[in-house]
Amino acid sequence: MSEKKVSLWSLFLTFAKMGVMTFGGGYAMLPILQREVVENKHWASEEEIMDYFAIGQCTPGIIAVNTATFIGQKKRGAAGGIASTLGVVFPSLIIISILAGLITNFSHLKLVQDAFAGIQVCVCVLIFNAVMKLLKKSVVDKWTAGIFVLVLAGGIFLDISPVWFVVIAAVAGIILKNLEVKGK
Amino acid sequence: MSVYIRLFWEFFKTGLFAIGGGMATLPFLQDIGSKTGWYTYTDLMNMLAVSESTPGPIGINMATYVGFTVGGIPGAVISTLGEITPSIIVILIVAAMLKKFRDSKLVNSAFYGLRPASTGLIGAACVAVVLEVLTNISVQSPEGSLFNIFAMEGQSGLLRWPGLLLAVVLFIFTNYVKPTKKLHPIVFIAVSAVVGVAAGYFGIL
Repeated sequence: MSEKKVSLWSLFLTFAKMGVMTFGGGYAMLPILQREVVENKHWASEEEIMDYFAIGQCTPGIIAVNTATFIGQKKRGAAGGIASTLGVVFPSLIIISILAGLITNFSHLKLVQDAFAGIQVCVCVLIFNAVMKLLKKSVVDKWTAGIFVLVLAGGIFLDISPVWFVVIAAVAGIILKNLEVKGK
Repeated sequence: MSVYIRLFWEFFKTGLFAIGGGMATLPFLQDIGSKTGWYTYTDLMNMLAVSESTPGPIGINMATYVGFTVGGIPGAVISTLGEITPSIIVILIVAAMLKKFRDSKLVNSAFYGLRPASTGLIGAACVAVVLEVLTNISVQSPEGSLFNIFAMEGQSGLLRWPGLLLAVVLFIFTNYVKPTKKLHPIVFIAVSAVVGVAAGYFGIL
C-alpha cells in the first residue's frame, strides 16, 4: 500500500464531486465510487470498496455517508472521515436549499400544484417499488416474514416511534438466531 | 433556538435508527412531522420527489429539505449534521474493529431481525402515503395513529380514480415494460408532473 498522505481538502473535494454526480442515493453511488476512489485516486482496492459498501448498508444511517466516512478514515483517521462525509453532503445542502427556496416561492401557482399532484402519485409508486425490492432481500424465511408483517401492522396501527420497532426487531433477531442454533 | 436543538435531536435519532439507506428514513420523517406538526404528509411527498430528482444521496436531500422547511438555511445545515453524526461515530467505531464486526454472530443475528423490520416500517409509510394520495381517506391528524384517524374527507367516493389509474400505469412501466423499467426515477417523476399539469388543465385530477 502506498501511504502517500492525502489532504483533508482533497478528501472533501473528491467526495463533494461524487455527491454532485450521484443521482438517487446509495446504490447509484457504487459505480462512481469505484471509478473515483479505486481507479482514479487509488485510495482503496476494489475489494475494500465492496466491503465498505456492504458494511455501509448494514450500519445505521445513509449508505453514501457511511461509505464516505469509511474511506476518509482509512486515509486520514477520524478527521478524514469527517472531511469526506462533509464533502458528500455539501452539494445537497446547496442544491436543496436553493430549490426549496424557489419551490416555496412558487408553490401557490396552480401549475406547480398540479405538477406536484402528479408527482405525488409517482412517489407512491416509487416507494411501493422500493418496498418490493427490499422484501426480496430481507424476508428470507418464515421468521423474517413474521417480523415484516408485525412491524408493517404495528407501523400502520400503533402510534409509537419507529425507534421501538428497530430496537425490538434487533433483539428478536438475536433471540431467533440463538434458538435456531440450539434447535440444531 | 430550541427548534434547532429539537431538529438536531430528531435527525440524530433518524440517523441512528434508520437502517438501509435513504428510504429507511421516511417512516422517521413521517413520525417527526406528525409529532411536531412542522409539515404534512403531502409536504413530505413533495420533498421526497424533489430529493429523488436532484443530485446527492436521497436521505441527505430529504434531511436538508425538511430542515430548510422548518428553519431555513440554519435548519437545513443542522438537520443534515444531526443525521450524519451517528453515522460518523458508528463507522469510526466499526472501522477500528472491522474484522470483529464482520464476523460477529451478534451483529449478524441482530440484522436478521432488523432488515425485515426496516422493510416493514417503509411498508407502513407506503400505506400512509398511498391512503393520503390515492384515496379520500385522510391520515392527516395532529396526533394519533392511522387506526383512530381513519376519517373520510368531504369528497365523494373512497378512491381517487385518476390518480389510481396513473399509479397503475406507472407501476407497469417501472416494473414490467422492458425498455422503460431501467430508466431513472427522475424520468417517471417528470412524466407525472406533465400528466399532473395536463390533468389540472382539463380539470381531471
